[in-house]
Amino acid sequence: MAGQGCGGGASQPGCVCAMLTLLLDGVAYGMLLFVLSCGLAVTLGLMNFINLAHGAFAMLGGYVTALLMNRAGVPFLATLPLAFLIPAVVGIVLERTLYRRLYRASPLDQVLFTIGLVFMAMPAANFLLGDQPQQIHLPTYLQGRIEIGGVGIGIYRLFTIALCGAIAAALQIFLVGTRFGARLRAAVDDSRAASGLGVDVDTLFAVTFAVGSGLAGLGGALAADVVGGIDPSFPLKYLVVMLIVVTIGGANGILGALFGALLLGILDVAGKYYVPSIGAFIIYAVMVVTLIVRPRGLFAKGDGR
Amino acid sequence: MIDVARHLRRRERWRLIEFAFWLAIVAVIAAFPARAALINEMLVAGLFALSLDLILGLTGVVSLGHAAFFGLGAYTAAITAAAGWNDPLLGLVAAIVPAALVGLLTAPLLLRGADLTRLMVTMGVALMLGELANKNAWLTGGADGLNFAVAPLFGRFSLGSMGVGPRNAALFSLAVLFVLFAIARRLRNSPFGVSLEGLRENRLRAGALGVDTSRRIVAVYALSAAYAGVAGALSAETTQIVSLDLFDFHRSADVMLMLIIGGAGWLYGGVIGAAMFIGVRDVVSSATPEYWEFWIGLMLVVLVLAGRERLTARFRR
Repeated sequence: MAGQGCGGGASQPGCVCAMLTLLLDGVAYGMLLFVLSCGLAVTLGLMNFINLAHGAFAMLGGYVTALLMNRAGVPFLATLPLAFLIPAVVGIVLERTLYRRLYRASPLDQVLFTIGLVFMAMPAANFLLGDQPQQIHLPTYLQGRIEIGGVGIGIYRLFTIALCGAIAAALQIFLVGTRFGARLRAAVDDSRAASGLGVDVDTLFAVTFAVGSGLAGLGGALAADVVGGIDPSFPLKYLVVMLIVVTIGGANGILGALFGALLLGILDVAGKYYVPSIGAFIIYAVMVVTLIVRPRGLFAKGDGR
Repeated sequence: MIDVARHLRRRERWRLIEFAFWLAIVAVIAAFPARAALINEMLVAGLFALSLDLILGLTGVVSLGHAAFFGLGAYTAAITAAAGWNDPLLGLVAAIVPAALVGLLTAPLLLRGADLTRLMVTMGVALMLGELANKNAWLTGGADGLNFAVAPLFGRFSLGSMGVGPRNAALFSLAVLFVLFAIARRLRNSPFGVSLEGLRENRLRAGALGVDTSRRIVAVYALSAAYAGVAGALSAETTQIVSLDLFDFHRSADVMLMLIIGGAGWLYGGVIGAAMFIGVRDVVSSATPEYWEFWIGLMLVVLVLAGRERLTARFRR
C-alpha cells in the first residue's frame, strides 16, 4: 500500500518519504495511463478520429498476456511483445475494413460506431472467456518492494515507470526525429497537400492506428496486475479515464498525453490517499475545470481556444 | 413572413397517424397488463430520449452526460418521498428544479470548443454528480440505495408493483410523456424551434442573421435537463428504486443509442427508439442474458455504416 515506505511506523501522511512514495506510485500509475491512452491521443489528436473502442484493444492485450501465462505457461516478459503485436494486427485489419470509412464522418457518427464496437467486444469476451477476471501472476523478481534512501517503492512500479518512460521517449524521438514522423505530422496538418507531395496518407494512418492499438494492448497487459485482472467490462470501465487523460493533456502529440497522464496519476493516487472522502471526484473536477480554462487541453498549442 | 407562419401552422397541425400512434400505446397497455412494467420502462426511457432530442436532435449540440439530469431527478423524487412529501406529481415538479438549475449552470460549458470538448464536459459533469451521490451517503443512501414509498396518484391509484399498480404506472408515465411531448412539439414548430434548426444547420450563419445562439443553446439545454429530470423522477416513482448506476456513463450512452436508433430531430425518434431498444433487450436478454449488448452494438455499427441519416430522412420534415 501507499505510504508504508518509512520504516518504524513513521508513515503518517505528513512524512516526507511517505509523500515521495506516494508520488512515485502516482508516477507509476500515470505512466501506465500514458501507455494505455497514447494511442487514443494519436487517433484523436492527430487523425481527428474519436475512437471510443480504444479500451477494447487494451482488453485484448491484457487477455493475450493472461491467457498465454495461465494456459500456455509463457513467462510474463515474453508475452509482452505479443500483447503489443496481436492488438496491432487486429487494429490494422479493422482500420482497413471499417474505421477508414468514418474518417470524414461527423463526431457523433464516430462515437456511435465505436461505442457499437465496444458493445460487441465486451459480450464477445464474456462469451469466449467468461466474466471472471483473468488474473496475472507476476514473476517473483517483479514482486516485493525495495527502499531507495528510505523511500519504499514496489519493484513492479519501478519496472512500469522504466518501461513506459522508455516507450514515451522512443515515441517522441520517432515523431520528431524521423522521416515517418515528419510525414505523419504533414499528413495531419493537411492531408491533401501531403498526398500531393507523394506521402502515402492511407498507409501512414493505417500504421499509426496499428501502433496506437498495439500500445493500448501493451498497456492493458501491464495494467492487468494493477487493476486486479482483466475482465470483459474493462473497455468501458477504463475508457473514461483514458478520455480524461487525453482531454487534460490536449490531444496533439505524445508530450501532452504524457503530462496529462502523469498529472492524473499523481492527483488520483494522492487524492485517494489524503482525501478519500471525495474519491474520484478530484479527477473529474480537474477535467471539467481544465476544459473551462482551456477547451483544447492544458498542453495544446495556440491559445487553447 | 406570412408564408413562414402558414408553414409553421401546417406543421403544427396534428396528423391522423400521430393520434393513431398515441392511441395505439394506450391499447397496448390495456391489452398486455402483464407486460405493463416493461411498457412503463419504455415510456420512461422514451421521455429521457425525448429530452436528449431537444438538445441533440433539434439543436445539434452533442451531450454524452444526460444521465446527470436523469439521476438528479430520480434522487430528488426519491429523497423528497423519503422525507414525507410523497405525492407523485409533487415529486415530478420537485425534480425539475435541481435538474434545470444544474443544466442552466453547466450549459455555458457547451458554448466553447469542439464537439469532442462538449462530449467530455457533459460526461465529466455526470461522473462528478455520480461521485457526489456516492460519497454523500447520508443523503442518497450511497451504494445501499434509498428506502422510500410513493403515495397513490390523486390519492386513489397505486403505482406499486402489486395488482394493477404497474398498469397505473404505465398510464401515468404515458400521460406525463404525452404532455411533455406536446409541449416539445409545440416548441419545435414555433419560431423559436425554427431558429434552433437554423443554428443546428449553421451556427455562424444563424448568428449573422441575428439569432442569439449562445442564449438559445443555454435555454434549450436547461429545458432538456428539466425533461430528463422529470424522466428520472418518473423512473424512481414507478419502479420505487434509485441506485448510483443512474449516473453511469453507460446510461448516457444508452439514451443516445435509443435516440439514434429511432432517428434524432423529429421527436418521435426518441420514443420509438427507446421502445425498440428496450424491446430488443428484453427479447434477446431472455434468450442470452449476458450477451444482449452484442446485438445492440452490431445494430449501431450497421446503422452508422449504412448511413443513419438516410434511414430516417423520409419521416422527418
